[in-house]
Formats: sequence, C-alpha cells, structure tokens
Amino acid sequence: MSSPLSPEPILSSTPLSRPRFSLRRRLWWCAALVLLSNCQQKEAPALPPAPVPGAQQTLTIFAAASLREAFGSLRDEFKETHANLEIVFNFAGSQDLRTQIEHAAPADVFASADQKNMHELQQASMVGTPVVFARNEPVVVVARESAASLGSFAELADVTRIVLGAPDVPIGRYTGQLLDNAARSLAPDFRQRVEANVVSRELDVRQVLNKVALGEANAGVVYRTDAQSAQGKLSIVSIPAELNVLAEYPIAPVSGAPHAAAAAEWVKFVLSPAGQALLQQAGFLAPAGPPPT
Amino acid sequence: MTSRLAQRLVRRQRLQRAVLGGLGGLLLVFLALPVLGLLAGTSWADFCAGLAHPLVWPALRLSLLTTLVSLVVTVVLGTPLSWTLAQAERRWARAAETLVQLPIVIPPAVAGIALLLAFGRRGIFAGWLYPAGWSVTFTTAAVVLAQIFVSAPFFVQAAVSAFRRIEPNLLIVARTLGASPWRVFLRVALPLASPGLAAGAILSWARALGEFGATLMFAGNLEGRTQTLPLAIYTALEADLRVAQSLSIVLIVVAVVLLLGVRAALGAAPSRAAAASRAVAPPSGAR
Repeated sequence: MSSPLSPEPILSSTPLSRPRFSLRRRLWWCAALVLLSNCQQKEAPALPPAPVPGAQQTLTIFAAASLREAFGSLRDEFKETHANLEIVFNFAGSQDLRTQIEHAAPADVFASADQKNMHELQQASMVGTPVVFARNEPVVVVARESAASLGSFAELADVTRIVLGAPDVPIGRYTGQLLDNAARSLAPDFRQRVEANVVSRELDVRQVLNKVALGEANAGVVYRTDAQSAQGKLSIVSIPAELNVLAEYPIAPVSGAPHAAAAAEWVKFVLSPAGQALLQQAGFLAPAGPPPT
Repeated sequence: MTSRLAQRLVRRQRLQRAVLGGLGGLLLVFLALPVLGLLAGTSWADFCAGLAHPLVWPALRLSLLTTLVSLVVTVVLGTPLSWTLAQAERRWARAAETLVQLPIVIPPAVAGIALLLAFGRRGIFAGWLYPAGWSVTFTTAAVVLAQIFVSAPFFVQAAVSAFRRIEPNLLIVARTLGASPWRVFLRVALPLASPGLAAGAILSWARALGEFGATLMFAGNLEGRTQTLPLAIYTALEADLRVAQSLSIVLIVVAVVLLLGVRAALGAAPSRAAAASRAVAPPSGAR
C-alpha cells in the first residue's frame, strides 16, 4: 500500500531543529481526529461501496426537524434496495427549509411539518404535487417536578411556568387552535389562564421540549414524536382527541430536482407500508383515518 | 542622482500603498457587501412596515435597557478585574485571564446551556440561590446575565491590554510623589487607559446588543420580558422574511447611531489621557 498520500515523506522532511515532541504531539492529534471521525460515523453510518462505480447518486432530502429520527431509520431500510443512492438530509424548521429552497438550494425532496410552507412553494411552482404522508399529534409534556400536579389536559390551566411555541411556528399555531377548542368546550377562560402562565414562546418545538426536559418549565406542548424521543426525562399527558389539532406532514419532489427519479422513489417508499410502519414506530399517525382516542 | 533615488523611493511607497490597500480593500468589500445586500434587498415600504411591526418597539426598548444594564455591570466589575489581572504576575493570573476569554470561543447556544446548568432550576447553585421551584430563567435578569456572560470578555480583554500599555514608571513616580494607591488608580491609571477601556466597552456593548443564542436558551422568548431585538428578528423570520429584514436594518441603524454617538462623546478622551500623562510625567530635563 504505497499511497501517494502516505505521511512518511512529510514527517521525514520535518526540520531537525524541531523539538522531538512535535511528532508525538502530531500523533496525538491524529488519534484525536480518528476518534472524532468515529463519533461522526455514529450519526451517519459509513456507506457500503457502490456495486457499480460511477452510478452513485446523491439524493438530497430537506425535511422538517421533527422527522430526524424517523427519516434516519427510513434511510437505513431504503438503502437495502437502493444501494447506489447516497442520501443526504438537511433537517431544519420547515420555514427555514422553504426559504432555502426559494433561494435555489439543491434539494430533491421537501418534507414539511405543515401545509403552509409547502403550499407557498407549490404556489410558486417550486415543488411538485404534495402528498400528506403522516400526521403528528400535539401532546402536553410535563417536567418531573410537576408530574403529580398535572395529570389531565384540563389541569394545564392551573400550572405555572408554561412554555409554548411562538404563534408563527407550526407547533405554536396548532397549540393556539387547540387552546381555542378547549376554551369552547372546557372553560371560556381556558386559553387566557394558560397564556397568563406562559413564560416563553420558543422558536421551534425542540426548544420547548428541552426547556421541559431540563426542568426549567413545568409544562409545554410538543408533538408526540418529540415527546417520545425524550421519554424518561418527562411525562406525557395526551390531549383529548375532540380538542386536538393534528399536524399534517406533506412531501413533494422539488421542481427541477437534479435526481428526479430517485426523488420519486423516496416519496413512494415513504408512502409504502414499510415506510409507514417505521413512521408509526416513531410516533407518527397514518395520513388518514380516525384520530386516536 | 538624488532625484532618481527620490523617485524610486516614491514609486516604492506607492507600490506598497497599492498592494496593502488592495488587500485591505478585499476584506472591506467582503464585510460591506452583505450589509449592502440587506439594504438593497429591503424596499423603503418594507422598512416602514417593519418599523410599524408590533414586535419592534417592545423589543427595541428591552434591548436598549438590558444592554445598558449589562454594560454598566461589565464596566463596574470588569475594570477592577482587568486592573488586577494586568498588575498580577503570578501564574494564577494567566490562568484567570484565559478563563475570562473562554466565553468568546464557546458557541452562544452552548453558553446558554451552561448558564442553565449553573443557574437554572436544576442547576448546581439552584439549592442555595433560589426558593424552591423558582429560578432566574425566563426573567429579564436572565437576559442581562446572558449578555454579560458573552460580552464581558471583550471588555476585559481590551481593558487588560490597556492597563498593561501604561508606562509602569508613571505609576511609580506618582507613588513617590506621595499619591495613595487609590489616587494612582483613579487619577493616573484610569485616565491613561480610558481610550482602551472605551474601545472595549463599545465592543462589549455591541456584542451584547447582537446576542441571540444564549438569551434564547437561558431567558426564553417572551415579548416585553425577554424578547430582545435579535430574538424578535428571529421570531419575525418564522412569519415573513421581509419583516425580519427590516427589523435587521432597524438593529443596524440603532447600532450605528449609538456607536457614532459614543465615538463622538469619547472624542475628547485621548487628549485627556495625554494631559494626564503630562501631568504625572514632566518632560525629562525639566527638573
């Protein structure tokens, strides 16, 4: 193995005046780098070599942050039948992803956590026809400290230090709608009482989750998938189905995508029974059907 | 012969200016272009609409209030710290100086988490800082704490080097002339270091004004209480990019106005420092 990148020539050309330890130190750095690169591989498993060299394609998927865990396991399954496809994810807030696509980011597929951002892109003919592939159910998450005092959704009005999503981010919008529903059927001042105890309007759902998981806030409203990912650090209180507002997740190929055929394959896989099973394992609901009880 | 030499010298001088100016100009253009892009990408109507946005005024007021408080705290506590660090020659002082600079390299969001872990409700100091169930998180005071944490290092760094640049003989002479240590610090060291202190204060204040990540983590985002202008910009970004753009321009305008104002107010400072140095060190030979 005499690779042209072998380190020997570099080391032997080191001036003699250099102190002896610089080589050792360099080796330590190499060891540290190797360790670090190992850490990264845990996040993104190394890809098996392509069976046909040159046929390797890279499919770039822009997906809402709440899809991180689910799409990760979907990719592993998808790879088994599409070994020549490398899949790269860009997870962020749906609004940020939409802005990036509007500024011609090289995306093949867009999966949004709300209809609004997808709709805006569709209006501008920047994506193909979207299909709803999953739904997500808002739940109340409760910090350990307050688990005893908050056992049902109705008690949310009596809890202090509540954290919700900002009104313009999807989770905040759904929370506002379900609080309105609660005000209609539970108590007329339900929404005001809850909002009087709101200490922060977070900019994404993970921030809400973190504040509750760290115990800073007593309660918050997040998607069930997020709550499930933090299991053990907080308790989950379901919101009655008749009050709840389900988030619909649409997916669409991006217009003029560099890998249109592969993009269509991914969308098909997400909608297939195998893809749906993985999504539901992560806490998502099927795109249609009766709401959970 | 001499005139040819002079010409050569002038030509070399010009070449040097052109090369250095050209290199520096590259950076200037790179730094200016995004700001220009922001200005060009926002119409006057968008800007007016941004100013009228309900998030702007509470956020602007809160930003000015909190950065003012954190600036005062930083200067009042940071000046003695910098003087001490500049004077001390022991090892611990070097270690302390490095420690003070750490927040500059810590990503702001990590700084926010660190603040939570120290001063949050489950933080290591929660037990003896707060009554049970309470914490500083989500209050305006938390905004100030986050700003001090990320901005004070800039002040201390500038202040330490300003104090170090003082000619030590001036301080010794002042002492031999009978000035008390307090008087030396207040009447000699402070005036001499004041341009450096002012520059550090401006830098630190600017950093506090733009602070976003640590505030969001540690103080949350609630209009009128913890939502500073950068947080308002990010909140607006979720709804409408144009509103966020015009809020950003508001932030830039406020920063420019305040920076120019402070520069103008401090315009006299260097001459005062010079006067102080003349007062304590009469020119040699004027014995």
